[in-house]
Amino acid sequence: MNGSRPRVVGMDDDDIVLLPRRARWVPIATVLAGSLVTLLPIVADWPLLPPFGLLMLLGWRLLRPEMWPSWIALPLGLFDDLFSGQPLGSAMALWTIVFVAFDMMDNRAVWRDYWMDWLTAAAAIIFCLAGGVGLVAFTTGGGHLLAIVPQTIITILLFPAAMRLCAALDRWRLR
Amino acid sequence: MAPPRLRRPGFSRRAQYGLFAAYVIAVAGIVVALLLLVAARFDPQGFSALRATANDLAAPATSAGRGLVDGATTIGEEIGAYWRAGTQNAELRREIEASRAKLVEARAIDFENRRLKRLLNLVGDKRETVAVVRVIGSSASSTRRLVTLSAGRTAGVEPGQPIRSAEGLIGRVVEAGQISSRALLITDGSSVVPVQIIRSGVAALATGQGDGSIELRSLIAGASPFRRGDVVMTTGAGGIYPAGIPVAVVTKVTRDAARAMPLADPARLDFAMVLRPLQSDLPPPPPAPTGP
Repeated sequence: MNGSRPRVVGMDDDDIVLLPRRARWVPIATVLAGSLVTLLPIVADWPLLPPFGLLMLLGWRLLRPEMWPSWIALPLGLFDDLFSGQPLGSAMALWTIVFVAFDMMDNRAVWRDYWMDWLTAAAAIIFCLAGGVGLVAFTTGGGHLLAIVPQTIITILLFPAAMRLCAALDRWRLR
Repeated sequence: MAPPRLRRPGFSRRAQYGLFAAYVIAVAGIVVALLLLVAARFDPQGFSALRATANDLAAPATSAGRGLVDGATTIGEEIGAYWRAGTQNAELRREIEASRAKLVEARAIDFENRRLKRLLNLVGDKRETVAVVRVIGSSASSTRRLVTLSAGRTAGVEPGQPIRSAEGLIGRVVEAGQISSRALLITDGSSVVPVQIIRSGVAALATGQGDGSIELRSLIAGASPFRRGDVVMTTGAGGIYPAGIPVAVVTKVTRDAARAMPLADPARLDFAMVLRPLQSDLPPPPPAPTGP
C-alpha cells in the first residue's frame, strides 16, 4: 500500500493470494453462520434475539476495513433476509448503506480506537434495527420502535464480544 | 477532517477502477433492495418461494433442536412442582371437583346443541383439520412475529390457512414450502382478527401489538364493554378464521380499548393444528354477464 512500511506477508488482505484458502472464506462463513442463529428453536413473543449476522459483519468490517468491498453486504444481507423473517431487501439495503457510510467515514476520520469503534458500531446497530422496524411497517404494517429497545441494548453490549471473536478468528485464518 | 482531495487507492489503474466499480455495485444494490421492498409492500407474497425453499433446507436442523429446548423448559417446572406437591395436590383436588360439575353441564349443553343442529338440519361442522404440525422456531430477531411449522405443501398446508393449538388461536400460514411453512402469529402488528366477547357477544377487533400482547377495540359506541378476565373468541367474520376458537383473555381495560394476552402462549407452543380456512362468509361470485 504505502511505500514507507516494510511489506509483511499476511499483514494486508492484498496478499490474500499467498494466504491459506480459509483466509478468504472464514469471515464470510462466520457472518452467514451468524445469520443462521435465528434458526435456533426458540419461540419468542418479543424480538429479543440479537442479530448475530449483523454483529459479525460489523466486527469484521471494523477490524479489517480494507478486507471487503462495500458491495459484500448485498449478498450477505440477502442471505440474512431469507431466514430472519424481515421483508426481502431489508438487510440488503440497510447493511450496504452502513458499509458505504463506513467508507465515507474512514476517509474523514482522524483516529480510531476501541471506543470509537464501539460508538460507530452502536450507531450502525441502531440504524439497522430501527430501519428494520421502519421497513416492516412500510411493507406489512405494525410494530413499533419501543419493542426493539431491549434488543438494541443487548446487541450494542454484545458488540465488543463479537469483535473479540472476530479478532481470534482473524489470527487463526491468517496463520 | 476534510476528506483527501484525491481518494485514490494508489497509482494502480486496476485498483482505482476496482474501487469505483465497488461503489457503483453497492449503490445499484441498495436501489435494487429498495425496489424489492416497494414490491413487497404491494405484493407481500412476491418472493415467498425463495424464502420457503431456504426454510425447507433449514427446517430439519431446527426441528431436531426443538426437542432439547422442550426438555430444558419442563425440567425447571417439574422441580418447582415437586417442592409444591402438597399444596398443589389440594388445589388440584378442588379444581377437579369444580370441573366435574362443569363437565356434566357441558355434556348436557353439547347434547342439546347437537339436537338443535339436527332440528335445524345444519350440516355437521366442516372445520376439518388439514394437518397437525409442530412449532419448531420463530423469527426471534425480527419485529415480525412469525413461527416456523414442521409441515408444508406435501402435508396439505397452504398459505391462508388458520392454525390453532389446544388452548386457542395461534395465527395463519403466510408462506408454505415443501416440508416447512411459516405462520404469522395473532400478536404480530399486522394481524387483525374479528372477535366477540364470550360473556356478552359484543363484537371487537383484536390487533396484534408486536410485543406479545393484543389490543381489543369494540365495534360499538359508548362505554368499554370489556372487563378484566373476559375471554374473546373468533366470530368467523372475514372468512379466514372459523368461528368459536378462543383467542385471548383481557388483562387490562383502558377507556376505549383493552389489552389482552393470547390464550395460546407462543413461548410454550408445541403442537398446532392447521385448519381449513372458513370461506362461507365470502359473497357469491357475480353472475356471468348475459347478452342484452
